[in-house]
Amino acid sequence: MLKTLRKIASIGLVSEAAPQTDAVLRVRSALDERITSVLGRALCIRHVDAGSCNGCELEIQALGNPYYNLEGRNLRFVASPRHADLLLVTGPVVRNMEAALKRVYAATPDPKLVVAVGDCGCTGGILGECPAALGRVSSVIPVDVAVPGCPPSPVRILQGILTAISATA
Amino acid sequence: MPMRRWWDRAQPVVGAPGARGLGVGREEWLQVARDVAASGGAFLSLWTTLNDDGARGPATDSPGDTAVYCAYLTDQGVLIAELALPREGEEPTYPGLEEIFPAASRLQRAASDLSGMRSSDPDTRPWLNHERPYEFIRVDGEGVHEIAVGPVHAGTIEPGHFRFSVVGEKVLRLEAHLGYVHKGIERRFCGLPILEGHRLAARVSGDSAVAFSWAYCQALEGMSGCAVPRRAVWLRAVCLELERLANHVADLGALGNDAGFAFGLAQFSRLKEDLLRAISAAFGRRYLFDIVVPGGMAVDLSQETADALADTVRAVCSEATELRGIYDEHEGVRDRFTAAGCLETPLAARLGVLGLVGRASGLGRDLRVDVPWPPYTELYVAKAVQQGGDVAARVAVRFDEARESGRLLLQLLSALPDGERAAAMDSPADGAFGVGLVEGWRGPVLVALQAGPEGSIRRCHPHDPSWQNWPALEYAIMGNIVPDFPLINKSFNLAYSGVDL
Repeated sequence: MLKTLRKIASIGLVSEAAPQTDAVLRVRSALDERITSVLGRALCIRHVDAGSCNGCELEIQALGNPYYNLEGRNLRFVASPRHADLLLVTGPVVRNMEAALKRVYAATPDPKLVVAVGDCGCTGGILGECPAALGRVSSVIPVDVAVPGCPPSPVRILQGILTAISATA
Repeated sequence: MPMRRWWDRAQPVVGAPGARGLGVGREEWLQVARDVAASGGAFLSLWTTLNDDGARGPATDSPGDTAVYCAYLTDQGVLIAELALPREGEEPTYPGLEEIFPAASRLQRAASDLSGMRSSDPDTRPWLNHERPYEFIRVDGEGVHEIAVGPVHAGTIEPGHFRFSVVGEKVLRLEAHLGYVHKGIERRFCGLPILEGHRLAARVSGDSAVAFSWAYCQALEGMSGCAVPRRAVWLRAVCLELERLANHVADLGALGNDAGFAFGLAQFSRLKEDLLRAISAAFGRRYLFDIVVPGGMAVDLSQETADALADTVRAVCSEATELRGIYDEHEGVRDRFTAAGCLETPLAARLGVLGLVGRASGLGRDLRVDVPWPPYTELYVAKAVQQGGDVAARVAVRFDEARESGRLLLQLLSALPDGERAAAMDSPADGAFGVGLVEGWRGPVLVALQAGPEGSIRRCHPHDPSWQNWPALEYAIMGNIVPDFPLINKSFNLAYSGVDL
């Protein structure tokens, strides 16, 4: 116990400042003001892997590490789409995940936001050319913000999330 | 020695050291499998030609034949058996291997979905084809009920479905149904320029990008007769050990968290981030995609960058050792790890479990030691083996391997040989066949590759050891309670994309 406490004290706070929003990532901006007025600054996120190679998942997981400190920014991953305000979707959507993705989208209460993560989520990418893939996320559900990269860095993903929930960017 | 006669008859296959290929008849197909099993060899992978690609393997010369292939790991190296199947008849069948190697079952079912070629084994349920509802095996009895989980899971992980049959909290049976992230990667390989296929190989399973792209390049370079510069080979080992270290460090944090010790996740996820940032500073990317390229490496390291990377590795490993002490002394963590999800050695051997999970159950295979390829031919690697087979054993193997990877990294980075980072590469001749085999962080990663006309790929089959280890997870959870499943599952940490392909 003493070692644990000593470790916590010796590391201290390593969290870094949040990145700025980036209007370039925005795909559409139909719901912004309504959502920000409803949500305030807290946001619940549900991640859905719709066919990814698992690379984007690793960078999404990194958002929880002490440097990016997602929860410290009032952003939180939740276990069910019914608790979520925003869906973070990776991968080209593949045939075997199409129904699940549509059901997750339907189960997420309105108003809701969708951020497509990674080259495959944004354009289909290298995996989107596979025969059992349907391509980009927006070909199956509406997308608000698209964050390219293979995989995009946690800073870039965080920028995408913040852009989605800011009314102005 | 019954294996001897197969080995003598087999023809050399380029790529992985010692690899051989063997054309067999229907009766021999089963006899080879029995002899491999009897001699303590392992079943690695099984695949077929796809219906339209007209692939031919090491033993058949005529394109247009259909065939089924099976790769085994023997003491001398990989042995690939090829059974040619006549095209006449609607759905050609071949003798199933399930009784000898249980892990073959799902591979046979997946191959059947892809090519229509069926094994003679009784379980013919589709695996990758999800058009109809899956028929799970039901458990009857008083008080038995089912818990259905997935495909979308509660955490940030890949999708798959788990069907638990439970009484109260006790798990009687688990059956996994995967294939949700099936993209058709094998078919996508067909026709791609063979000198660009490493990019797709790296994305078979993003956490094993180095392992898959190296195995792909190993096969390809053997087929083209390309001599990879010694410096590039050492840099590849740097990347492979960084991938192993990063994944082990991440898993150790997640395992602490699943045992109710959030401190572990905070500390290890910080260490992983430190490592990724150092990797990014050295190689220009946090994850090592597209860095192992045909002929060598896409990026070289200056000695200053290598030294900076070594400093971070040293710091991460030193902190990991300190945290191991904290895990070991934490009674709550120890209580959750010990005896949870136990996979005993005889069962692990019967199921043909591979890699890290196998080493935690007393099966001491590590390709870096057993069938080393350059540069591991000139490096000493200490195998990490535990006998317990429980979560604690899999945690201990990760700690030991992380430390050993750190040691290897410091050795590699301090003595990088001079030379070029890559050699020139030509496309191999039409019909050339090669195999790559690399010990990734999960275990042996195999890529079987065949060239088509004009520098294209005729057929490429990538194999992740998770194929072997998923069925073992179903046994490891039996008799445990449902709330321990996330912990036990994380201690295996198997690939979904890597097997769904």
